Amino acid sequence: MSGFLLRRLGQVVPTLLIVSLLVFGLQQLMPGDPALILAGEERGDPQVLAEIRAGLLLDRPVWEQYGRWLWRLLHGDFGFSWRIQLPVADLILEKLPVTAQLAAMSFAIGVALGVPCGVLSAVWRDRPADWAINAVALFGISTPNFWLGILMILLFSVQLGWLPPSGYVPLWEDPWQSLATTIMPAFVLGTGVASVLMRHTRAAMLTALSQDYVRTARAKGVPERVVIAKHALRNALIPVVTLGTIEFGRLLAGAVLTEQIFTIPGFGKLVVDAVFNRDYPVVQGVVLATALIFVLLSLLADVLYMLINPRLRAGA
Amino acid sequence: MIRPFLLAALAALSLLAALPAAAQNLRIGLREDPDILDPTLARTFVGRIVFASLCDKLFDINERLEIIPQLATGHRWEDPRTLVIALRDGVRFHDGDTMDAEAVKYSLERHLNMQGSFRRSEITVLQAVEVVDRLTVRLRLSAPSAAFLSQLTDRAGMIVSPRAAEAAGRNFGQRPVCAGPFRFAERVAQDRIVVERFPEYWDAARIHVNRVTFLPIPDSTVRLANLQSGALEIVQSIDPDDVPAVRRNARLRLAIGDELGYQSITINIGNGPRAQTPLGQDARVRAAFELAIDRDALNRVVYEGMYLPTAQPVPPGNPYHNAAFRPEPRNLERARALLREAGVATPIRVEMTVPNNPDLRQVGEVIQAMVREAGFDLRLTAMEFASSLQAAVRGDFETYLLAWSGRVDPDGNAWAFMHSRGGQNDGRYANPEVDRLLDEARSELDGERRKDLYGRIWELAIRQDRSRIYLWHRKNIVAHTARLQGFVPVADGLIRPQGLRLQ
Repeated sequence: MSGFLLRRLGQVVPTLLIVSLLVFGLQQLMPGDPALILAGEERGDPQVLAEIRAGLLLDRPVWEQYGRWLWRLLHGDFGFSWRIQLPVADLILEKLPVTAQLAAMSFAIGVALGVPCGVLSAVWRDRPADWAINAVALFGISTPNFWLGILMILLFSVQLGWLPPSGYVPLWEDPWQSLATTIMPAFVLGTGVASVLMRHTRAAMLTALSQDYVRTARAKGVPERVVIAKHALRNALIPVVTLGTIEFGRLLAGAVLTEQIFTIPGFGKLVVDAVFNRDYPVVQGVVLATALIFVLLSLLADVLYMLINPRLRAGA
Repeated sequence: MIRPFLLAALAALSLLAALPAAAQNLRIGLREDPDILDPTLARTFVGRIVFASLCDKLFDINERLEIIPQLATGHRWEDPRTLVIALRDGVRFHDGDTMDAEAVKYSLERHLNMQGSFRRSEITVLQAVEVVDRLTVRLRLSAPSAAFLSQLTDRAGMIVSPRAAEAAGRNFGQRPVCAGPFRFAERVAQDRIVVERFPEYWDAARIHVNRVTFLPIPDSTVRLANLQSGALEIVQSIDPDDVPAVRRNARLRLAIGDELGYQSITINIGNGPRAQTPLGQDARVRAAFELAIDRDALNRVVYEGMYLPTAQPVPPGNPYHNAAFRPEPRNLERARALLREAGVATPIRVEMTVPNNPDLRQVGEVIQAMVREAGFDLRLTAMEFASSLQAAVRGDFETYLLAWSGRVDPDGNAWAFMHSRGGQNDGRYANPEVDRLLDEARSELDGERRKDLYGRIWELAIRQDRSRIYLWHRKNIVAHTARLQGFVPVADGLIRPQGLRLQ
């Protein structure tokens, strides 16, 4: 097990290096001169533009920009945001808990709704309850987040006045208020996750329920409740766990539109604003942090497999 | 089982939302997150709204666009190139230091010399700052400048604490120390900027709120929802189509004011190969294009008729606005005749770059339908803003729908856009006579003669050469709760905290 972990951790560094090269390369392809957008309406002074370019090393060859950035990164320095001159590392550390909280809440909602519904709809296959769950799930997958978000704001904030329409309060400052500001976006994101998880749990459960060992268990007179929970669900969960970690990673990478609508200052908003403002150090820092999160999550998924399925442990 | 739980949850939620805001805490919704809060390095419009609470300026403007003293008490021209400014006594910076002539000299020189300063181009005529005594400075200019004083009503006139600025260097914007009514408290990027009342403010009697929180909320609908639900007291700007909803709401008020700038169509006349089109090369074709546009209809269709159709860069509230220079009514026959006279084959293909936002795309589509009737085949290219700006500078466009936020002095709305050396003349329009008139107007200190000069510039650059098509002046539409009193709309669109009071 530890050998396996070490091997996997060894893959992290090259992965991140490739990601950083990709980000840097893609930015070169992006139209729009960072100095120009930084100057905005004050772009009329060529001397200022030249000073900005020199200050940001934009007048140097790409490989030199990349080399310097990588060198500083190896020393733990993510650089400064060009637009607001704050350290990128601070920005990431400031936004990560916000997005993590939102992701955890959304994921909890998603799992709590998605997995039981998937199991039930598989057990009640082709009965009205199954159709109803499927219809709701389809609705959940197809509803655009921003639309659902706006409708929720109009209903719960403007009409009923129950919840604050947007913004964010950290958990440690005021847990109740924090919950109030995140419950709507978490629900919007959570229903999306729930729909995806439900569909996959259902499919996996149907496969599992048609397996020989399930028939054997039933033939031995094992109660149906135990057959479903112990024999079928546990086997069906493996693909669901994979999917779940990917979904969680997606949530952690920042829910761009949802964060925009609810003005949640998280990862998604950070990176989108940075792209539109051509704030390259922020884009690079966030993408790298996101890549790291994904790599670690896929590692976590592998570990979880082993815990769920003892047969895999022998192979490691 | 589920019902009681749901009810309990809902009850808890409604309790959460009922948490009252601190009584005299003013929350302002902004359209975007401001950039760095350093008056020398800042460039966004929303940043200026924050500065209105943080940093006082030597001069300010009032609702009649008159220049009034703020940190100064008065000024006097010794000769057309020498300006003497008397300073207010007893003004303190947020760090407790006294604002004096040395601080003014330091701040102006910082604006002028700091690397990457966006203020330099605004006060480039400033040659030297002399300290006459503790409360008097003398500014020496390299040439007479009619626009100079108005520059000191904005960021270039903001005075920073020299001690704090020296200590912080380029990081000054992370914790600005000025002499405004509020001092910097906290900033969470993309979430909020908080400023707190500065008890030693020189004009403290006019400050009635304890704290101002600026919240960037990009989506207009959500911004309005925040105001409707009481999560904000004032919103920087809302879209014209949200105005009826605010009017219907008894708890909300609107303050609609003219802006300083304009919306226009830049035409590529001399910037690279893409200027080599009938439209770029023949003023008659451009005239036909303009005559095919019905500004009133456009304004009614897209902006509920709220904006002000125009043909010139200076809005009516400005003393240099030329009332006789009006937009020509739509005239398709004349447009077609001009095209025949120019001898071009119709339909003429024209491409228009449009920043990718919903209302401007709609403007593009309406123009497309209008000019088609005159014989133009208008193709729209919706482009993300950063890309469109670069394309414009490089000459990779034929026409470009672009707005200018505007300046108090007409020079700020004209020179950079019409002069052959103008930094924002993306279409590279060049007419030596217009250049000469622009330079003359810039240094003409007599108001009447200056106004006359601008009238001649509009005739040449706009009516004769059709260098650019001016469409309308927008409005600053501020919405606020009825509890807020004392808000005065000024054309620069800023929210000045002086006199604001929450009931």
